[in-house]
Amino acid sequence: MLAGALIAPFTEFEFMRRALAAIIALSLGGAPIGVFLMLRRMSLVGDAMAHAILPGAAIGFLLSGLNLFAMTTGGLIAGFLVAILAGVVTRSTGLKEDASLATFYLASLALGVTIVSIKGTNIDLLHVLFGDVLAMDDQTLLLVAINATITLLVLAVIYRPLVIESVDPVFLSTVSRAGGPAHLAFLALVVVNLVSGFQALGTLLAVGLMILPAGIARFWSRDITPMICIAVLSAIVSGYAGLVLSFETRIPSGPAIILVAALVYAASLLFGTVGGVVWQLFPRRHLEA
Amino acid sequence: MWRRGLIVFVVALFAVPVHAGNRINVVASFSILGDLVGNVGGDRIEVTSLVGRNSDVHIYTPAPSDARKVADATLVVVNGLGLEGWLSRLLQSSGSKAQIVVATKGITPLKLGSEADPHAWQSVPNAKVYVTNIRDALVAADPSGAATYRGNADRYLAELDRLDAEVRAAVDAIPPGRRKLISTHDAFGYLAAAYGLAFIAPVGVSTESEPSAGDIARIIKQIKAERIPAVFLENISDDRLIRRIATETGANIGGTLYSDSLTDENGPAPTYIAMVRHNIKALTSALAR
Repeated sequence: MLAGALIAPFTEFEFMRRALAAIIALSLGGAPIGVFLMLRRMSLVGDAMAHAILPGAAIGFLLSGLNLFAMTTGGLIAGFLVAILAGVVTRSTGLKEDASLATFYLASLALGVTIVSIKGTNIDLLHVLFGDVLAMDDQTLLLVAINATITLLVLAVIYRPLVIESVDPVFLSTVSRAGGPAHLAFLALVVVNLVSGFQALGTLLAVGLMILPAGIARFWSRDITPMICIAVLSAIVSGYAGLVLSFETRIPSGPAIILVAALVYAASLLFGTVGGVVWQLFPRRHLEA
Repeated sequence: MWRRGLIVFVVALFAVPVHAGNRINVVASFSILGDLVGNVGGDRIEVTSLVGRNSDVHIYTPAPSDARKVADATLVVVNGLGLEGWLSRLLQSSGSKAQIVVATKGITPLKLGSEADPHAWQSVPNAKVYVTNIRDALVAADPSGAATYRGNADRYLAELDRLDAEVRAAVDAIPPGRRKLISTHDAFGYLAAAYGLAFIAPVGVSTESEPSAGDIARIIKQIKAERIPAVFLENISDDRLIRRIATETGANIGGTLYSDSLTDENGPAPTYIAMVRHNIKALTSALAR
């Protein structure tokens, strides 16, 4: 009976299978990005970037109306510009990354709202642009899958400098010049994953599937590689459980997925083996010689 | 030279208000209402619609320029039945002394859940009630134009009668078992009730609510079980969801139905009558196949 409730929705309905495929692809790309964001103390950057994308989408809308491709491309370009500008400013001046990013994303958001209101229509742009995980068509599914592939490949290339820089940036700058390019490539990955997440989960929740799994993984491992694996796994499990929850109840799928992830986070916070509350209250005895 | 320019300017300054003073300023809350008002008022009035063409009246937020339009108006024509939730605050803040005309006065509202369904204009007999309400309000506000308003209204009401007959003939041509369809937006309750069609909607009455996975599954099951022949898109909501449902059930995808707004001059629904004709043509061609 229980097994039926867990599997039947996916065997009976194609849209559920597609949603699950999209969630898996998103988790593979987004969760590792989230882990690096967390390690670099940039967890809120995802949220900021989500707003930076608006003017690009608005310009795409101005040029070709309600065309998903144009608006997605516009959003990508705007996100890249803001990410790269903020990255360059941080690297070449004394301003910290969060401050320069906040500046650029606010300016970008204001520009986007202005462009939308000049056009004079009142269509909820973000709602139209960014879809629903239940409405994955071939094109969107392909986009999400390609994104996951590219993300994993690029991460493999910049993995070493990225890890070292997350831990000890001064050391990296003395032995290599890969730090700057790796950082910019990483910011680009953040943008690509956000835009692809919007297709599936909508503006606010795309960030959730990136950040929450990273937070969960932090409570179970100290090493980066297991941390990434745990993050991906918990993202997939939350996505799957969220879909089932949304199938059985009246909760929309996006919030359902993020709520499940938040529950897993709360459980990890309590029982996680690395710094979990329970382990701190009842510490194991130190090994004595 | 500049002195002459100044004189021309000053003359123009006085000339404009005199010209505009001949016409009564009427503000309609959205484009469909604006079209009805314009047909009754003709040349004697100046109509402005607050929510323009192609814009969604449900999620509208007024701009300062709207407050000025309302402040200058002699009459403000609203739909009522809870459609314009934002309007009362706008009226207060603009300090307007305009007379408020509720176009749905005398119409028995259908219920959507516990609230009244505001989309009464979708049935042509109701539109005739709108027109008589607008006519009476204009006659009361500008008694010297009474004959013109009555003449315009009679002519337009006769056109609406012909339109009503057209719609009934078109629906009669559809086999009784096929008079049902799925649409993204249940704005067509009045149309359905007046002409014996069944509209089944995946999303609630407001464009704001998101469907859960379970909702979508129920719709797909229902389409298959009741052999519903067609699925319709709407000009405002996200259409990828409805495409997904159509491919999964094999139902026809009908053309766009216009519910809450007119299109611009080049679109298929620049006036109320054109909108109803367009909708009924789209319905019959998808259901009769």
